[in-house]
Amino acid sequence: MSTGDVVLSVRDLRVTFGTARGPARVVEGVSYDLHAGETLAIVGESGSGKSVSTLALTRLIPEPPGRVEGEVVLAGQDLLTLPPGALRKVRGRRIGMIFQDPMTSLNPVLTVGRQVTEGLEHHLGLSEKDARRRARELLDLVGIPDPERRLGEYPHQLSGGMRQRVMIAIGLACEPEVLVADEATTALDVTIQAQIVELVQRLQAELGMAVIWITHDLGVVAGIADRVLVMYGGRVLEEAAADDLYADTRHPYTAGLLASLPVVGEAGRRLVSITGLPPDPVDLPPGCVFHPRCPHRDDPRCATELPPLREVAPGHRVACFYELPAEARR
Amino acid sequence: MSGYVVRRVGQAVVVMLGVSVIVFLLVHLVPGDPIRRSLGTRFDPHVYQLLYERAGFDQPLYRQYVTWLGNALQGDLGVSFRTGRPVRGMVLERLPATMSLAFAALFIGLVIALPAGIISAVRSGSRTDYSVSALSQVGVSIPDFWWAIMLILLFSLTLGWLPPSGYKSPLESPVGFLRHLTLPALSVGLISGSILTRFVRAAMLDALHRDYTRTARSKGLPERVVINRHVLRNALVPIVTVAGLQLGFLLGGVVVVEVIFAWPGLGRLAYDAVLRRDYPVLQGAVLLVALSFVVINLLVDLLYARLDPRIRYE
Repeated sequence: MSTGDVVLSVRDLRVTFGTARGPARVVEGVSYDLHAGETLAIVGESGSGKSVSTLALTRLIPEPPGRVEGEVVLAGQDLLTLPPGALRKVRGRRIGMIFQDPMTSLNPVLTVGRQVTEGLEHHLGLSEKDARRRARELLDLVGIPDPERRLGEYPHQLSGGMRQRVMIAIGLACEPEVLVADEATTALDVTIQAQIVELVQRLQAELGMAVIWITHDLGVVAGIADRVLVMYGGRVLEEAAADDLYADTRHPYTAGLLASLPVVGEAGRRLVSITGLPPDPVDLPPGCVFHPRCPHRDDPRCATELPPLREVAPGHRVACFYELPAEARR
Repeated sequence: MSGYVVRRVGQAVVVMLGVSVIVFLLVHLVPGDPIRRSLGTRFDPHVYQLLYERAGFDQPLYRQYVTWLGNALQGDLGVSFRTGRPVRGMVLERLPATMSLAFAALFIGLVIALPAGIISAVRSGSRTDYSVSALSQVGVSIPDFWWAIMLILLFSLTLGWLPPSGYKSPLESPVGFLRHLTLPALSVGLISGSILTRFVRAAMLDALHRDYTRTARSKGLPERVVINRHVLRNALVPIVTVAGLQLGFLLGGVVVVEVIFAWPGLGRLAYDAVLRRDYPVLQGAVLLVALSFVVINLLVDLLYARLDPRIRYE
């Protein structure tokens, strides 16, 4: 878990979508630093803004209706102010993306080979022949048997696990400094999930990439992440080293998420669910975004004032007025 | 792949059999005696008897159909009530004129629709997009004969650039052929272009919003490559479908324009056959148009397999 210099620094990232009912504030003031070789997990329910916050890094959000504000600094350059041509030199080359649902994220009418080689040819200036050889190595690297044959096949001819591996090969193709894996294992069988996680970790160790791993599954996070951001209603509610998050949970929402996880060997324990629904991004509640569902909203400020993200221990930040008692922290 | 071809050819044969029944019954749906109707009020009873027997009207209906179909399959479509010439020759000699008009119109349509639809979708919501949508709405709303008349008024009568009607064989005079072809092809092509523009735009917009387009952008590819390689290739499948249907429609549906421009195609032949109650000729023309339609749709479906690899292996 050795981490190096800061490769990506995100400050006060905001994403708004214009809708018929008014602006939807999908991401509200997200900040973090990503270090070389580090794995940062962003955890949250559907609609928490976790995927959008990473699409916004390289402005993959359609603008309009979307609007991205804040700062995303990669090696001294703010990506949000880069001209389109310079931004394209970052996409795929320095920040690789692995999307969820490889069935729809891969182009159905192009061969696997074409989809892997096009980035190589464009960014690294490889010839068609060299790009193809590199693509074969990449498919081999991500554990696809018989890569030569697979290069000539189309996505629909591959199984779900194989398609996800192709997505990973595309994300890794140009050996980016940052790899964003958005629910990269969610659609897969547990055994394949484990293989993919292992694969990304191995490649990360070999290539020294920083990885942002987006998931709604805190169970997956435990095994892979160095640090965790817990997002809810477009905001970061808690940020901690992975071990601290589990051992010293501070935010009632994180506690709720952890309580809803089944634990092996505690078959008799009732799973606790968080009552209520995530907030509507067009009509965010005043005060803390989580307070309408929070079991501890005793402080009068919860409904009126936004709790700032404050440091409660080294590297552990939490946005809550309430001090979660030690016994509730698991 | 071969299974797919066999299945599609089989379907085409079934469709053609259905068409043949309808075309055959066409004559019998006309009230009264088709031969008497086609001969008018004063005729030689001997000629009547001859035509009646030659048409096989003294046989039961199913036998008439079997005989007619058997002959048609061997290329014998009967003889014209009016001229006594074999129908086969009459329709086949009209086919090149109709085909050249249909293909020229489709070509014009695609030359308009592909750039207009692509730009409109890529700049969706812009002033260009609204202008294209408005123009294509106008194009769809105006009937082909109105375009025909306006084009004749402008290019023939006012400017004198192009002949107002008629036909020149491309073998005799290629330039004359093209000069005569331009106005009729434009009158239909402008409408096809308007219809196709809307489909190209819709297909492009759909593909632009797919996840694979986002993936292509996440690779940092230039926008031109994203549009041409990723978006357009996917959009081509629905575009080819509609273009094929348009071509089928153009082969059978340009009757009015052929009549206005005195274009010696199948539509005009069918129109004249209706006026003269020359049923065998009408049957032959309709059958040939239907056959072209089915064949073109078959070719379009086979073209899919080249455009969309998912179809190839199903």
